[in-house]
Amino acid sequence: MNFLILIRQQLSLALANKLDWMTPLLFFCLVIMLFPLALGGAPQALAEVAPGLLWVAALLATLLSLDSMFRGDHDDGTLELWAASRASLLRYAYAKLISHWLIYALPLVLLSPLLGYGLHLPLQALPILVLSLALGSVSLVWIGAVGVAITSGIKYNSFLLALLVLPFYMPILIFGASAVDVAAQGWSALGPLYLLAALAVLALTLVPFAVAKALKLSLS
Amino acid sequence: MNPILKWFYQWAVPHFVYPRIQAWLPWVAILASSLLLIGLVWGLVFAPADYQQGDAFRIIYVHVPAAWLSMLVYMAMTLMAISVLVWRIQLAELALVASAPIGAAFTLMALFTGAIWGKPMWGAWWVWDARLTSELILLFIYLGIFALYHAIEDKRQAAKAASLMTVVGVVNIPIIHYSVIWWNTLHQPPSLSKLDTPSIHPDMLWPLLITLLAFKLLFVWMLLLRLRTELVLRYPQSAWVQAVMKPGANKDSHKEPSR
Repeated sequence: MNFLILIRQQLSLALANKLDWMTPLLFFCLVIMLFPLALGGAPQALAEVAPGLLWVAALLATLLSLDSMFRGDHDDGTLELWAASRASLLRYAYAKLISHWLIYALPLVLLSPLLGYGLHLPLQALPILVLSLALGSVSLVWIGAVGVAITSGIKYNSFLLALLVLPFYMPILIFGASAVDVAAQGWSALGPLYLLAALAVLALTLVPFAVAKALKLSLS
Repeated sequence: MNPILKWFYQWAVPHFVYPRIQAWLPWVAILASSLLLIGLVWGLVFAPADYQQGDAFRIIYVHVPAAWLSMLVYMAMTLMAISVLVWRIQLAELALVASAPIGAAFTLMALFTGAIWGKPMWGAWWVWDARLTSELILLFIYLGIFALYHAIEDKRQAAKAASLMTVVGVVNIPIIHYSVIWWNTLHQPPSLSKLDTPSIHPDMLWPLLITLLAFKLLFVWMLLLRLRTELVLRYPQSAWVQAVMKPGANKDSHKEPSR
């Protein structure tokens, strides 16, 4: 029961503080807008690099959004209360991850076709872009959470988080960008999409245990 | 207590292990360096040149052992990490921390010698091939574990965090190992793992096997050296360190220091 309460509480907190959930979204738009300016506006050239650009920008935006995941709860003692109460940290981790994905990743996924269109991505690739980001962002948030949980006990160092998390993001990035790329060339993107789905399932099932363990360690 | 269990438990006790490290170090050093010398001279000078790659293939005697160890050290670190997280063995914490830079060094060495080998064979220093990329990721994972350990003040907590990171990072090892089989990439498939019919001539195989063993001993040697330092740094105030560090104490360091 407290699972749903926690999710609802997180969502209402995020909606109350508009800047909070909009910052990664704005970052995503701005980074994408930099590329036409830097590369020149030639539609052909932009369409060719668009899958990679969109995926890298989404990945970085997700990475930036991660920082806030446990910090507040860690600083004000909420996390310690959770650990001390009979509710399991695993359930806390799941609720946190789901609400984080809903607040930060979902808007990004929904906005992506607009930016893809802006980069002259072929229309048939836009649904694949949404699908690949929806599947991939689950892995991005879930895997990134391990890094955040491990570093949450120490004096914050965003570069350390990037160093810990980015190596694990590479496979997701490879499959995600290649799915969009293949779709843009008019072929079936099912292969990389299946791999992304497999990674997402793996992350969904295994990672929360590592997050709960890391949170427990950061409290000791 | 069960005598067998007792025998195992004593290997987790720093003041029991330290003098043994001291006693073994010269032997491991002699064995590792002589095997390394034999294997490298045999491989680099006496082994026949490859019919296709000429003399350039000889870098295999450095490249393959280094690449193999880059993964083996990680697997060893995973075992240590599990010992830390499950049984809270302090010695495993120190061994984990001592292993990370060695593993990173072997990974760097494998990447570097691979680049030297790749230049004449593929015409490029670097390609974004599955095995090369996953090996590069391994290097960053090693560096991440090392950085994480040194970013946390409380060393026991730091070791636990590094252990958790190690266990999470182990997913990369099967990816590296099977990358040349799963993806049809530029890197050649393994030539040693099919032991019944190795696709490598015995004249070339023997020096390779010797260097493989020599590199493993080299790892043990470096690990013991670093572990010795970590032990002294972790327990500077304890009686046995004080006893060992006393001038002239090295002569009888193989004896059990009094607590």
